[in-house]
Amino acid sequence: MTYRIGVDVGGTFTDILLMNEETGETFRAKTASTPQDQSIGVLRGMERACKQAGISLDQIGEVLHGTTVATNAILEGKGAKVGLLTTTGFRQVLQIARSFVPGGLAGWIIWPKPEPLASLEDTFEIRERIGSDGEVVIELDEADARVQLRKLAKRGVEALSISLINSFTNSSHENRLAEIAAEELPGMPISVSSTVLPELREYERTITTVANAYVQPQVAKYVANLETQLKGSGVQGKLFILRSDGGLVSAQTAAENPVSLLLSGPAGGVAGAVWVAEQTGYRDFLTIDIGGTSTDVALVQDLTPRVGRETTVGDLKVRATSIDVRTIGAGGGSIAHVPALTKALRVGPQSAGAVPGPAAYGAGGVEPTVTDANVVLGYLPTELAGGEISLDRAAARTAVQRIVDATSLNTVEAAAAGIIDIVNENMLGALRLVSVQQGFDPREFALVAFGGAGPLHANALGILTGAWPVIIPPSPGVLCAYGDATTNLRNESVRTLVRRFSDMTDDRLKEMLLELATSARVPLTTGGIAAADQEITYSADLRYHGQGFEIPVTIDLDAFDGKGGGLDVLSSAFDAEHQRLFSFLLDTEHEVVTIRATVSGPRPEVIAPVLPEGSSDPAEALINTSDIWADGGFVKANIYDRVKLKARNVIHGPAIVTEMDSTTLVLPGHTATVHRSGSILIQPLGATETLEG
Amino acid sequence: MAKLIETSTTPLRSVDVDVVTLDLVENGLRNARYEMDEVLFRTALSPGIREQHDEFPLIANREGKMVVGQFGLSVPDFLDNFDGTIEEGDVLLTSDPYSCGGSISHANDWLVVMPIYFEGRIIGWSAMFGHMTDVGGKTPASMPTDAKTIFEEGVVIPPFRLYKKGELDQDALKIILNQVRKPDWNRADLNGLVAACRTAGRRVQEMCARFGVDTFDSALDALLDRNYQAMKVLLAMVFKDGETISFTDYIDDDGRGNGPYELKLSLTRTGEKVLLDFTGSSPQAEGPINYYINENLVRMFFGIYMITVADPQILWNDGFYPLVDVEIPKDSFWQPKFPAALNARNHGIGRIFDLFGGLLGQTNPNLLNAAGFSSSPHFMYSGNYTTGPRKGEWFQLYSVCFGGIPGRPIGDGPDGHSLWPSFVNIPCEYLESYYPLRIDRLETITDTGGAGLHRGGNGVEVEYFFQEPGTIAIHDDRWLTYPWGVNGGEPGARGRKWIQRVDGTKEILPSKFIDVPVFPGDVLHYITWGGGGWGDALLRDPELLALEIRRGLISTEGALRYGVVCSEDGVVDESATKALREKLGAGRVYPLPTFNMGPPLATILENAFAETGLHAPKWPVPLL
Repeated sequence: MTYRIGVDVGGTFTDILLMNEETGETFRAKTASTPQDQSIGVLRGMERACKQAGISLDQIGEVLHGTTVATNAILEGKGAKVGLLTTTGFRQVLQIARSFVPGGLAGWIIWPKPEPLASLEDTFEIRERIGSDGEVVIELDEADARVQLRKLAKRGVEALSISLINSFTNSSHENRLAEIAAEELPGMPISVSSTVLPELREYERTITTVANAYVQPQVAKYVANLETQLKGSGVQGKLFILRSDGGLVSAQTAAENPVSLLLSGPAGGVAGAVWVAEQTGYRDFLTIDIGGTSTDVALVQDLTPRVGRETTVGDLKVRATSIDVRTIGAGGGSIAHVPALTKALRVGPQSAGAVPGPAAYGAGGVEPTVTDANVVLGYLPTELAGGEISLDRAAARTAVQRIVDATSLNTVEAAAAGIIDIVNENMLGALRLVSVQQGFDPREFALVAFGGAGPLHANALGILTGAWPVIIPPSPGVLCAYGDATTNLRNESVRTLVRRFSDMTDDRLKEMLLELATSARVPLTTGGIAAADQEITYSADLRYHGQGFEIPVTIDLDAFDGKGGGLDVLSSAFDAEHQRLFSFLLDTEHEVVTIRATVSGPRPEVIAPVLPEGSSDPAEALINTSDIWADGGFVKANIYDRVKLKARNVIHGPAIVTEMDSTTLVLPGHTATVHRSGSILIQPLGATETLEG
Repeated sequence: MAKLIETSTTPLRSVDVDVVTLDLVENGLRNARYEMDEVLFRTALSPGIREQHDEFPLIANREGKMVVGQFGLSVPDFLDNFDGTIEEGDVLLTSDPYSCGGSISHANDWLVVMPIYFEGRIIGWSAMFGHMTDVGGKTPASMPTDAKTIFEEGVVIPPFRLYKKGELDQDALKIILNQVRKPDWNRADLNGLVAACRTAGRRVQEMCARFGVDTFDSALDALLDRNYQAMKVLLAMVFKDGETISFTDYIDDDGRGNGPYELKLSLTRTGEKVLLDFTGSSPQAEGPINYYINENLVRMFFGIYMITVADPQILWNDGFYPLVDVEIPKDSFWQPKFPAALNARNHGIGRIFDLFGGLLGQTNPNLLNAAGFSSSPHFMYSGNYTTGPRKGEWFQLYSVCFGGIPGRPIGDGPDGHSLWPSFVNIPCEYLESYYPLRIDRLETITDTGGAGLHRGGNGVEVEYFFQEPGTIAIHDDRWLTYPWGVNGGEPGARGRKWIQRVDGTKEILPSKFIDVPVFPGDVLHYITWGGGGWGDALLRDPELLALEIRRGLISTEGALRYGVVCSEDGVVDESATKALREKLGAGRVYPLPTFNMGPPLATILENAFAETGLHAPKWPVPLL
């Protein structure tokens, strides 16, 4: 079988990308998402894509899927009713939530505290105690545990979570309790903290475990349902799900540990960016995905996205490995406003959302949004290619006039330009979080911009960050599905040690790493990937003894010579990172907190598509010209149809490139070169670097 | 008075800054300020900063006016008191409250101040202070509750140049670190403070390069002016011209058996300005609770209350300061005479929020919260390991405890939370991994929040089971006076603590003490206070109380205070509830009193021993 299919289910649309593995030829389908049962939309889209390709569903090899089922359950507060078992004395671990109140001084006055993810009335204490060294202080009281579980059974919970103190050092009580729970509550999905997150810090471990339980029933049901439907429709290939860390796992594994799927959607985008950037020859880049209400950014080094140990979704922060994606509440729908007291021009965080949407959509929106500003300035042509939506420029101007009335900005254009400058600045702030603030100079990176609105703001963000070229992928709106289809299988095993270097030897650490690797291999091996094709990487979270935060460092197993060489290399690697991040070192002992082994399958061999070659002149793709605002006045800009662009075409700004799901803005003083892989590369005019291809 | 050395003397030009650039600069400053926090949190070693984030950053304009930050300090006061030159690459350090006009208020706080140069000229200042867990002196953590002078409170560093033109003064640092118990912690935390200030410096320089130095500087002026204009409108809106309002709250004792200390604050608006007057407050304390307050800090606390509620998005700054006059009586609790002890001033800092809340709330119901967890009570435990692989090694714990947030106009006060921004508790598993103790209980205590339509948050109980002999120390308050309720809400419960000795005896502990020995098997019960209630408790939804009974946050007995009769499993007896509410409501005069401070002070003092097991303190008198 030579076809694989990437599936990305978003809030509004389901994107399907069918790929011929041998030719690289792709077929796209976009259908409305079906929130009640996402599998309906998925199947509909798959059928449509197959029809385009002239193949039948049974010719599909693998189905690779990024899903927002888990994310939406959290964001919409529609997860399962979760029961929680804690050690006696710690019933309120989620109620206290580390006593943290967000905001500045006096922020508590206006903070509405969210309800715990597992209600207190569904939380029960278990008599037992493990010490911090793993010793049993109080034996598990099994009889009492059954009494508690029977009380819990009457509460009507749909999923159970177990998080006992110090279980990361000794999981025996949790495991036994899970067995008893399985007897008392047959069929109940159970999340155990020493399995979900065997790490120190009881609140973080508990909230992560509860979040896992909270989304599990929905994810499990969805995955099972989709698998059944795929089989029923004749799809023979296996279903894989994209995790937050950008790796694919089997549907079964995903359903067991759904908290690792919370950033599945954004991870698909970054994985897609990796794929397209690689085609253009760039290995270090920033990614920015600008949607209607939010913007996601990440940093990729040597085609490897930086991963973090935390995942944030809405108010919820859990400890789960994910691509270090930062999200800010700024997008096309962000509303501009002027507070009466300060007369400042603010953009967001309020958003017009899908309903009523920007004023230009003509669906009843009256407040000025970023999209309206783009329409006023002519960056978004009023007739979008594809003709699905036509934009109401007059309505956009009326909305932006509100800003003129409330500020010293004299014209609608000046106000619109101000809105764009400010929203770009907010996005710059996000890009700085993953670059400058992590010690990376954005000028040494390219910038891959996607999502519906990414290509509109991309050139301006290139100017602000100095990250060149700005790469606009083919089909910027369905990049996630691209990522789903082009990434590889991955699994990781983790262990918390919290041990000073002086308490450890090379040999012992190596032994533990190898044990982790063995367990991490299992799902890939059962997934049919030969051991020789499995690539293993090791990493550790280190800190100076006594610090509260760790820095992830890659481990070079070859350096472990039994004489301390491994630990030495690890120390130096940590020091280098500490120096880079914080500009100083300490003469304090190193400490390893967590070690992990990550096993990856081979990257799928997908041939990249190649555009037909043309000359530098893009005239064949010219649609017409239009006025756009630049540097304080309107200038004529050419408008091009992306579908008709050929490799080597060079577009001179000011110009606009339109396509089905996105619009690219090329500013004056910049050129956009069409790469044979289909990406558009924007550079300042006269940039000396010659583009490959 | 500091002498500033600048190689460029061309005056900056004042230029017009458009509203968009202004927002870009504001945004850049805000990002830089959060980056300062991040750098310090992630590198600090001492538990106080690392886990609990007891630190405060700021960025100031070239005149030293804070343009972004929290808590602030007064760079001008610092410079007035610094006798020396300052040039590019210098980083200044001090921990002496008396040498910087109270910019910091006890010797545990190390304050780093750094000029930011751009093209040979000072264009701004970055500054940050952090609470060092130990600065030497006679007791671990350096906060002796019985101190009478600052000389008992460890090393006190006068303002000096820690870095001269980028060069670290190793000798001075060595002398300082030789006096503290955990020099590694201080060194790491100090490194973090300097790194954070330098980060801010780089960001400011980048902005100068991007926008032009004249534009940047003018933008800061405009941001300051934006605050000034906004505050002018707010003041006129909120306060009646010529009217004086006052509020008094208390610190229960000074650690030496004196108290309670009366803290009085009055406000009068005259024309466009207001006067904040502390006259009528108690004289300076014999013990270490004095809060040597800086006038600009008072302005800032005031501004926070006003602006947080009016426009939380605003980046508030020093701009409005000219609108606020401050009067602080000499030799008082707020401005003690050198060398008065200062280490336990955290209660004063906390209580000032209750003071402002009570004061400003009288004019504006949007601002009126009940009394909250207005302190950052400390718990300390230290000693040497007597067994195991670490035998002989010194251990030293410092931690901050949390309690009930008060009932608020927007709703209930959260249980067991922090009134301080970005403070978090130390994970129990972390404590157990690093210290010879076990936490047997960490939960909020039923019924400790004040009853109200919006109830106060419950206080917290922590049970510490000690595994090694050592000594403990505690800084706490509100064991005597009550966290008051408002608009008909009732006061929250007071804090208390005791040791259950391994031999079974129960030892009641005062709210402030040091050097109490503990032994393996002893258990400390540390119970913090609850937040006051907001609004009439008889109006609270009975079904909500039933739910809270099922949650164990309120008992069936506690529900009676709300006039709600409910079973243990959370089923409301409607007719009994109706009858009880009628009975409790009978004879009430509406509107209910704005403040409910509990029984009269005389009664509280009279009953102190019977109710708390602790003797009432002696009424404070002026010191000779």
